[in-house]
Amino acid sequence: MIPASFDYVRPQSLEDALARLGEHGDDARVLAGGHSLLPVMKARLADPGVLVDIAGIESLSGISESEDGITIGAMTTHAEIEASASVQGRCRSLAEAAAAIGDVQVRNRGTLGGSLAHADPAADYPAVILAANAEITVAGADGERVIAADDFFTGTYETALGAGEIITSVRIRASAARGSSAYLKAAQQASGFAVCGVAARVALDADGAVERIRVGVTGVAATAYRATSVEDALTGAAPSAESIRKAAATAGEGVDALDDFYAGADFRRHLAGVYAARAIGKAWIRAAGE
Amino acid sequence: MEINISINGESRTFDVEPRTLLVHLLRDDAGLTGTHVACETSICGACTVLLDDKAVKSCTVLAAQAQGCEVTTIEGMANGEQLHPLQEQFWEKHGLQCGFCTPGMILTANQLIASNADPTDEEIRHGIEGNICRCTGYQNIVDAISAAAAQMRD
Amino acid sequence: MAQAPKFIGAPIKRRDDPRLIQGLAHYVDDFNPPGTLHMACARSPYGKANIRSVDVSKAAAADGVVAVYTYEETKGIGPVPVGAVLPDAKVPVQPILADKQVLFAGEPVVAVIAETRYGALDAAALVEIDYEPLDAVVDLEAAIEPGSTKVHDDYESNEAFKWGLAGGDVEAGMKEADVIVKEKMTNVRVAPLALEPRGVLAHYLPGEDKMTLWTSTQVPHKVRTLVAGQIGMPENRMRVIAPEVGGGFGSKLNIYREEALAAFVTRELGVPIKWVESRSENFLTTIHGRGQVGEIEMGLKRDGTITAFRYNVLADCGAYYQLLTLAIFTLTGLMLPGPYKIDNIEMNATGVFTNKVATDAYRGAGRPEATYILERMMDIAAVELGMDPVELRRKNFPDKSEFPFGTSAGLSYDSGDYHLALDRALEAADYPAMRAQQEEARNDGRYLGIGFSTYVEICGMGPSAALGGQGWESARVRVEPTGKATVFSGASPHGQGQQTSFAQIVADGLGIDANDVTVVHGDTDVVPYGVGTFGSRGTVVGGSAVVYARDKVRAKMAKFAAMEFEADENDIEFEDGRVFVRSAPEKSAGFADIAMMAYSAIALPEDTDPGLEETHFFEPSNFTFPFGTHIVLVEVDPETGDVEILRYVAVDDVGNMINPLLVHGQIHGGIAQGTGQALEEEMLYGEGGQPLNASFMHYALPKANRLPRFELLHTTTPTDVNPLGAKGVGEAGTIGSTPAVVNAVIDALSPFGITHIDMPLRPERVWRAIAEKRA
Repeated sequence: MIPASFDYVRPQSLEDALARLGEHGDDARVLAGGHSLLPVMKARLADPGVLVDIAGIESLSGISESEDGITIGAMTTHAEIEASASVQGRCRSLAEAAAAIGDVQVRNRGTLGGSLAHADPAADYPAVILAANAEITVAGADGERVIAADDFFTGTYETALGAGEIITSVRIRASAARGSSAYLKAAQQASGFAVCGVAARVALDADGAVERIRVGVTGVAATAYRATSVEDALTGAAPSAESIRKAAATAGEGVDALDDFYAGADFRRHLAGVYAARAIGKAWIRAAGE
Repeated sequence: MEINISINGESRTFDVEPRTLLVHLLRDDAGLTGTHVACETSICGACTVLLDDKAVKSCTVLAAQAQGCEVTTIEGMANGEQLHPLQEQFWEKHGLQCGFCTPGMILTANQLIASNADPTDEEIRHGIEGNICRCTGYQNIVDAISAAAAQMRD
Repeated sequence: MAQAPKFIGAPIKRRDDPRLIQGLAHYVDDFNPPGTLHMACARSPYGKANIRSVDVSKAAAADGVVAVYTYEETKGIGPVPVGAVLPDAKVPVQPILADKQVLFAGEPVVAVIAETRYGALDAAALVEIDYEPLDAVVDLEAAIEPGSTKVHDDYESNEAFKWGLAGGDVEAGMKEADVIVKEKMTNVRVAPLALEPRGVLAHYLPGEDKMTLWTSTQVPHKVRTLVAGQIGMPENRMRVIAPEVGGGFGSKLNIYREEALAAFVTRELGVPIKWVESRSENFLTTIHGRGQVGEIEMGLKRDGTITAFRYNVLADCGAYYQLLTLAIFTLTGLMLPGPYKIDNIEMNATGVFTNKVATDAYRGAGRPEATYILERMMDIAAVELGMDPVELRRKNFPDKSEFPFGTSAGLSYDSGDYHLALDRALEAADYPAMRAQQEEARNDGRYLGIGFSTYVEICGMGPSAALGGQGWESARVRVEPTGKATVFSGASPHGQGQQTSFAQIVADGLGIDANDVTVVHGDTDVVPYGVGTFGSRGTVVGGSAVVYARDKVRAKMAKFAAMEFEADENDIEFEDGRVFVRSAPEKSAGFADIAMMAYSAIALPEDTDPGLEETHFFEPSNFTFPFGTHIVLVEVDPETGDVEILRYVAVDDVGNMINPLLVHGQIHGGIAQGTGQALEEEMLYGEGGQPLNASFMHYALPKANRLPRFELLHTTTPTDVNPLGAKGVGEAGTIGSTPAVVNAVIDALSPFGITHIDMPLRPERVWRAIAEKRA
């Protein structure tokens, strides 16, 4: 398996990269770590004429921490996110999702921005991006704009990213004082991709009642989604294992689920409920304890 | 296009197509055939090499992406006649049979030990989940990595 | 050997390893002779289709393309060889490149020869083939329904053959039974997936009229004889080399289209031609294993005595046969009684054509299927009778005094002590404690299960007559003038480690160091004509040939020593690199000194020729029958269907062990592969005959984090079938593990009333089975 021929450019600045994308239009694709794009090109499912490798743009890498959150450069690798004390401290589910991707070698090369732009319905990050209400900053010919998590994933392999735009960073607010998050998944045994992955982010009030909760589900449907029925059922009351289980059971209800040889639609809907309960339970215990 | 890469400490220049995969540059252009191609889909890890000291699957890296980087392949693991502790222990513990996965397995293990000098069996098994061995059932590989880590700690 | 063995039985490190751990070994794709051209094939994307037209003009015009071949140019090449035959079987002719029709996805239609690897792949993609897709035959049971879509238009149906085996009287046995248990079971198709894909490099030198064919094979001599035949070349003008081979598991015990194709093309072009299989091609065109769907009936007395066992089975052949397709399920039949005294057995097999690649030998080859259905039925019967599965097994074992034990399938098991292996395993596992742990877990709402497999397998393939030919193996041993010894084996190991174990065998017999022995194999110009490595025969049959060849050389050396020492040749001893007179040890010489005498030949013993080189072809008198007990403890998560193996205890009796390190390695790997089939592995096809999961991204193989630490023990019951007393170990783990793992999962789910789930026990299947019972 080898890709078809293409031209390769490696701009050193964001401006240059955007210019290259503008120049080649639809014929160009952005190359980040290559762990989403190259497999697709090797399988000849994509055949871009030009690859714009953004690995040389230093400003796109790294994790910075501010008082109320973290900003992660698009070219930051899964391994860097997994190992980052900032991420572990501010958004544990993101570190857990990064650690759950593929294997060591894949995590060494694959990047946050690359994965988000690819928008594989079985990728791990989307669940966390939704649960954490992350903001995705993208740059284009007309400058920068910020896309809210809820608006970012628009379909299978489809995002709100416009033509010629590059994801530059992802910003996530820190968990609340009495808040935490968790990500858990059922992995496809061969690929390691999520058959069902659920991220839950919980904030408790002083009395231990759920002040805010967001639940993101990936791998189950054609696009990652928020399990709003679960969120609504749990908001405002003190949770219990039983109430979580009952609320979480609706995480897959009514979802037009993916259906393949490995997992049928009903199984995926069922798993959504099971993993929602487990992820929320874990996040809740962490929130109550932290 | 022209690519400069340091392979096993030696700076080298190649003229390749932009689409050339790093594994093919290593095998066909650099003549280092210890790195193997087995699944072609970045699952099995037989093509694992170190790129700037990090284990990567060279079937899913363009040679162009390795421009200016340091690559370590299995051929660069021994120090002259002196085998690397991982090589010694794979031999000692019978950590290989057909040997096809072994170079990739050793390079992944090398990074594992670099980041965790005293890994548990469970950590080792998790650490090599990106390397498939069809022969050994992994037990002797786990033992070899564990023994090599101990040897490297001494 | 008079002295105690020094090397045989010792866990000696492998001598193959230094080159392998340094990346210095050479597999086929590591050879790059100057001027090598690369071959790539355009292949059918359909399970079945008519080929309306083939246009190679764009491919031929592409940069660096040297030649393009279609059916027309290659129709002179003989069809893919079929080695095993059955009376009345329909035998379709498998061409090298498809002509008017393709019958499975992946079937090659056009071969492109280009200057570079990438260029060949690009050009193959430029070949334009106009297909008319046709309905494909995928499902076995549907395939034999009257009026089914057919694989082969010119056959009446998809029935490839009928084959039966019967011993005793099954009808009478069923009547005698108090209880009859029935189940339908599937042994799905699985892909062998040796990590090194197949590959071939063919180089013909017109001046010398000599071809060298490097190929990733388990059977270099079979390749030579058969491929030379296919391209019409005398086989002694062809040299086949199996260099380093990256695993086989039966998949490289075959002759494939690309071998003949590369050989044909190099003879036309006179330059080296290389083809290396992609993983996708490996899934599509390298043989698969298993592929049986059957109905089983077992009759038992209330006390657990088995009275009859019947297996009516459909065997998935694929579209064409490969070398041994027709032999595999006959092994299932032969091993139906397993380790039990079952007087009445019957197997009725129907071979079925499907639009898929052929099935053939995959690690275990027919025996895992037999062991699986039998061991599953034992557990189903135990539940039905309310007996402990251990007691039911014990009840039906032959006693060790009953060996050699004749079975109703017509085999004579050489030796065994099944009770001992079971007892040893129960003790190691602490069975009562395991059951207590299970009970405790159930009280906590957790589902633990214990699974058994008490197996016997047929190994050391085998007497030639029983195999339909070529059950022997060859070896030549040469003591060099300098006292080194070289073994030339007809076996062709590919990871098993016989470069070490054969050296151990020779070192002990000649009283020299194992490091002074070199083992050569896999080169038909160098080693005697050989059979190859498969069927757990490498050491059992190949090693026995080494023993006899070694002893012939030793006897000849003894004559030279006797002449030198003026002693009786029967009084000559070999030890620690010395040759001496047993009754007068002061009469002694270095091993190399005696060796040099034989080559200088200045003086020769009476009736003795110069030189020290002897060949032996060993023909075994019977198969061997290793056996054992595997016990598995699993936990099932009923909400997710996940299965985790908590413990794995295996007691295997493989007779004498030449090198325990290698034996353990074989068992570890076998257990992993058998576990893969139990839990994860399955080739799936869509309606059009296209594989759904033909990549490592989709087809799950066991990974390190899914397997436990194996607890291995042994009992040792030697065999007298061969001079080593060894029984073979290559397939034991695979055969023992699959049913043990499945039985454990089913045991865990017994509170739900579940008695059977077909493999692989992927999470969804397990969850669905529970959901159905809960509904």
